[in-house]
Amino acid sequence: MTDSKYFTTTKKGEIFELKAELNSDKKEKKKEAVKKVIASMTVGKDVSALFPDVVNCMQTDNLELKKLVYLYLMNYAKSQPDMAIMAVNTFVKDCEDPNPLIRALAVRTMGCIRVDKITEYLCEPLRKCLKDEDPYVRKTAAVCVAKLHDINAQLVEDQGFLDTLKDLISDSNPMVVANAVAALSEIAESHPNSNLLDLNPQTINKLLTALNECTEWGQIFILDCLANYTPRDDRESQSICERVTPRLSHANSAVVLSAVKVLMKFMEMLPKDLDYYGTLLKKLAPPLVTLLSAEPELQYVALRNINLIVQRRPEILKHEMKVFFVKYNDPIYVKLEKLDIMIRLASQANIAQVLAELKEYATEVDVDFVRKAVRAIGRCAIKVEQSAERCVSTLLDLIQTKVNYVVQEAIVVIKDIFRKYPNKYESVIATLCENLDSLDEPEARAAMIWIVGEYAERIDNADELLESFLEGFHDESTQVQLQLLTAIVKLFLKKPTETQELVQQVLSLATQDSDNPDLRDRGYIYWRLLSTDPVAAKEVVLAEKPLISEETDLIEPTLLEELICHIGTLASVYHKPPSAFVEGSRGVQHKRLPGSAGSGESVESPDTGSAAGVPDAPPAVIPSQGDLLGDLLNLDLTPPATSGPPPPATSGLQLGAMDLLGGGLDSLMGAGFGAPPAATAAPFSAPVSGGLDDLFDLGGGVGMPMGAYSPPKTVWLPAMKGKGLEISGTFARRGGVIQMEMTLTNKAMSVMTDFAIQFNRNSFGLAPAGPLQVLTPLSPNQSIEVSLPLSTVGPVMKMDPLNNLQVKPTL
Amino acid sequence: MSASAIFVLDLKGKVLICRNYKGDVDMAEIDHFMPLLMQHEEEGLLSPVMSHGNVHFMWIKHSNLYLVATTNKNSNASLVYSFLYKIVEVFTEYFKELEEESIQDNFVVVYELLDELMDFGFPQTTESKILQE
Repeated sequence: MTDSKYFTTTKKGEIFELKAELNSDKKEKKKEAVKKVIASMTVGKDVSALFPDVVNCMQTDNLELKKLVYLYLMNYAKSQPDMAIMAVNTFVKDCEDPNPLIRALAVRTMGCIRVDKITEYLCEPLRKCLKDEDPYVRKTAAVCVAKLHDINAQLVEDQGFLDTLKDLISDSNPMVVANAVAALSEIAESHPNSNLLDLNPQTINKLLTALNECTEWGQIFILDCLANYTPRDDRESQSICERVTPRLSHANSAVVLSAVKVLMKFMEMLPKDLDYYGTLLKKLAPPLVTLLSAEPELQYVALRNINLIVQRRPEILKHEMKVFFVKYNDPIYVKLEKLDIMIRLASQANIAQVLAELKEYATEVDVDFVRKAVRAIGRCAIKVEQSAERCVSTLLDLIQTKVNYVVQEAIVVIKDIFRKYPNKYESVIATLCENLDSLDEPEARAAMIWIVGEYAERIDNADELLESFLEGFHDESTQVQLQLLTAIVKLFLKKPTETQELVQQVLSLATQDSDNPDLRDRGYIYWRLLSTDPVAAKEVVLAEKPLISEETDLIEPTLLEELICHIGTLASVYHKPPSAFVEGSRGVQHKRLPGSAGSGESVESPDTGSAAGVPDAPPAVIPSQGDLLGDLLNLDLTPPATSGPPPPATSGLQLGAMDLLGGGLDSLMGAGFGAPPAATAAPFSAPVSGGLDDLFDLGGGVGMPMGAYSPPKTVWLPAMKGKGLEISGTFARRGGVIQMEMTLTNKAMSVMTDFAIQFNRNSFGLAPAGPLQVLTPLSPNQSIEVSLPLSTVGPVMKMDPLNNLQVKPTL
Repeated sequence: MSASAIFVLDLKGKVLICRNYKGDVDMAEIDHFMPLLMQHEEEGLLSPVMSHGNVHFMWIKHSNLYLVATTNKNSNASLVYSFLYKIVEVFTEYFKELEEESIQDNFVVVYELLDELMDFGFPQTTESKILQE
C-alpha cells in the first residue's frame, strides 16, 4: 500500500477531521493523521492551524513519526513562534535520548528552527552533543553550530562554540572532521577577514590525513578549505600538492575540480624550472580530459573552468585537441563551450584537424551552432596566420552551399580576415559580390559594403554595387547606413570622376533626410572635408588601419586570477567575480593567486640588491636635488653617492639633455608647464624575483607579478602645487609593456601646450620608451588622458626611492 | 557553500516535494524556474545554470522530473550537480524507478532521505548501504 493515497482528500472540514485524528488515542491513527498533514503540506496546503495538535504527537517512540513531526515543526515554527516554544522541552529531552539517531535528529531539527526564543535553549544541548560519544551525533552538532551562527552569530561567539568546532578538526572520525571544516568555512565566509580557520601546518596536516578517509563530499569540503590557504614557501606548497594529486583520479567530478583548484593555486608558488612543476603540469591534463565524460551539466562546469585554465596555463592542454571535438548528441551549451576551447587551443600544429572539424560543424542542423562554427573558422584564420589561406578556401566552399545564414556569417568573417591580412585574398571578392542579393542581415550587409569600399579600386563595378544599396537607404539599419556612407566616400576618393553624383546623393541622404545624429554628423564631416581639403580627406578616410587583435575574448588578467581561485564555483561558470552576483559581498576582499616566493630562483646581480629587496616599494623617480634650475642646465646628473653605478642609458635622458641645452627649453616648457613626475604612485606590487630586468616582469618568466593589476589613478600633482596643472596617474602593464597612464587637467586660466616629460635617474631605471604624446593644446578645465610607454633601461640611481613631486616654472 | 534548497518538480514545474536547508532563499522563488526555462529554450540558450535576480538555479532532468537546487551564494557548482545526480542514484536504488509517481508513493521515505542526504546545504551520507541504517 503506497502513501499516495494521502494526497487525495479534498473534503471540507478536512482540518477539523485531521485535528480529531491527531488527538486520537490510537497510535496508528495518529501516525496516519500526521502523514496526511505532511502530504497536505507537500502539495502546498496550509495546515498551520494544526500546530498544537501535531506538537502533541511529538512524544513518541516511533522514529518515523517523530521525523514527520519534526519536519512539520521546521516548516511552521517560524510562523508560529509562540507555539514553537511548546516543542522545546521535547527537543531538550531528545538530545539526551539513549538512541543516538534521536539525539542527532533533535540537534539537527533544533538548528533549523529559526526562532530567536528557541535558540537560547539550544545552547546547552548543542554543547553536550558536540562532545557526544557517537560520531553521528557529533557530526550533526558540528553542522548545527553553523546553523546557529546563521541565526545569531554573536551567541555562537559568546558561547565559545567556535573553539569547540576548531577542536573537532582533530576528531578521530573523518566525517566529523569534514563537517567541522565545512561549518568553519561557511562561518568564515560571513567574516571574511578574520582568520577563523587558523590554518597552520599542523591543522593542514590533520586535514590532509582526514582527506584520505573521508567520503567524497568531505574531501570536497577539505579541498575547498585548503584552497584558501597560502603556503609559506615553495617547499610547503610542493608537499601539499603531492598529497592532493591522488584526488585527481577520483570518480566524483567535484572532487577532481576542487583538487585542480588547489593545485592551480599552489603551483603559482613553485619555481618554474623545478622538475616537479613540469610533472604537475603533465598530471593535470588527464583528469581534466576525464571530466568531459561526465554528465552534461558537469561537462559544462568543467568546460567553463577549462576555458579559464587554458587562458592561464595553455601548456597543460595544448596537445589535447581531439577531446574537445563536438559530439553529435552533446547539448547545445556543451557544444558552444567546446567550440570556444577548440579555438583557444588552435595552433599551427593542429589547425588542419580543427578546420576539417569546423567545416563539418558548419553543415549541422542547429543554426546557432553553425554560425558559431563559421565564426570559429574566421577566428582561426586570424589567430594562426599560416592557416588563413585554408580558412579562406573553406569559407568559400561554405558560401557555395548557398545556405543563407552560412553565407552571411561567412562574409562577416571574411571581412575580418581582409582586415587582418590586407591585400592578400582579394581574389575572393568576385565570389562575394555574386552573393550580394542574399544578404539581408545588417552585419553581413555592412561587412560586404566595407569590403567593396576598401577594395573599390579593384572592383570594376563598385559604384554599381554601392548604388544598389543606396536605394533602400532609409530602411537600412544604422550600422549599414554608416558603413555605406564611408564606403562611398572611399570610392569617391579613389575614383573621383565616375562617382560625383553617387557621393552627392549619399551625402544628402545622410545629412538632410536622416534622423540619426551620428549619421548626420559623419555626413557633414565628410562633406566639409571633401569640399575644403580633399588631400586631408584622403588622409583621414583612406588612412592606414591598425591591425586587429589576434586573441578575442581574453579575460582580463586580474579577473582571471580571481576566477582561478574560485574554480568549480558559480563564479567560474559565469566568468564573473562573486561580488558581481552575490548580494552583500561587495566589501569582500578579492582572492588573489599567491605570489612567487622567489626563494632560490631570483637572479640577483650585485647592482640590483636594493631592487630585489623591496617588493612593494612604489617606483618613484628621484627629483633633482636642491636647485631645480641648476639641475635643468646640468642634466648630466651628478654621479650617485654609492659606488658601482650601472652604465647610464644613452636613450631618454640624454635626449632630454640635448633638447634642454640646445635651446630646446621651449620644447620642454613652452607656454605651459612640464612636470617631472616624481610620482607617489599607488602601491604597485612588483615581484620579488631579482634582476632589474625582471623587476617588471615583461617576459612572464620566473617572477610572477602579483597580478597584472592596474591601480586606480591617484593624484600625483595637485593643481595648487602644479601651478594649475593637475596630474593624476597610475602605472599599468599592458601587453608586456609598462605604461605610465596620466590624466592631465588644466585648472588654470590659460591654455597649456607643449608638454614634455623628464625622468631623472631613479632606482628602477625607468625611462620613457617613446616621446610623450600630448597632441592637442589643453584648454582651461579640460582633461586629457595620456599613456606613456616605459622601459627599464634607463640609468639607475642607487638609493632608496623618494617620493616628491615638483614643478618647474616657466623660464 | 552549496545548495540553499532542493526541489523536485514535474514537467510542468509544479513542486512535488522540496526541502529548505538554509532558509536564505525564499521558497517561492521556484515559481520563476519554469518560465525562465521556457524562455531560455525558445532563445536556444539552454543552460544548466540560470539566474533570476540574485537567486541561481542549478538543475538536472531525470525522466519526467526536474531536480533543482537554489542558492544565492557563490556555490560550488560541480558539487551541486554531482549531488543532484547522487540523489537520483539513491532514489532509484530505493524505488527502483524514479519518476513522478515514485515521489508521491513514497513521500515519507523521500523526506527522510532528504534529511539524511544533506544538512544545511552540505551533502552528508550518500552511500545507500549506510543510509539503510
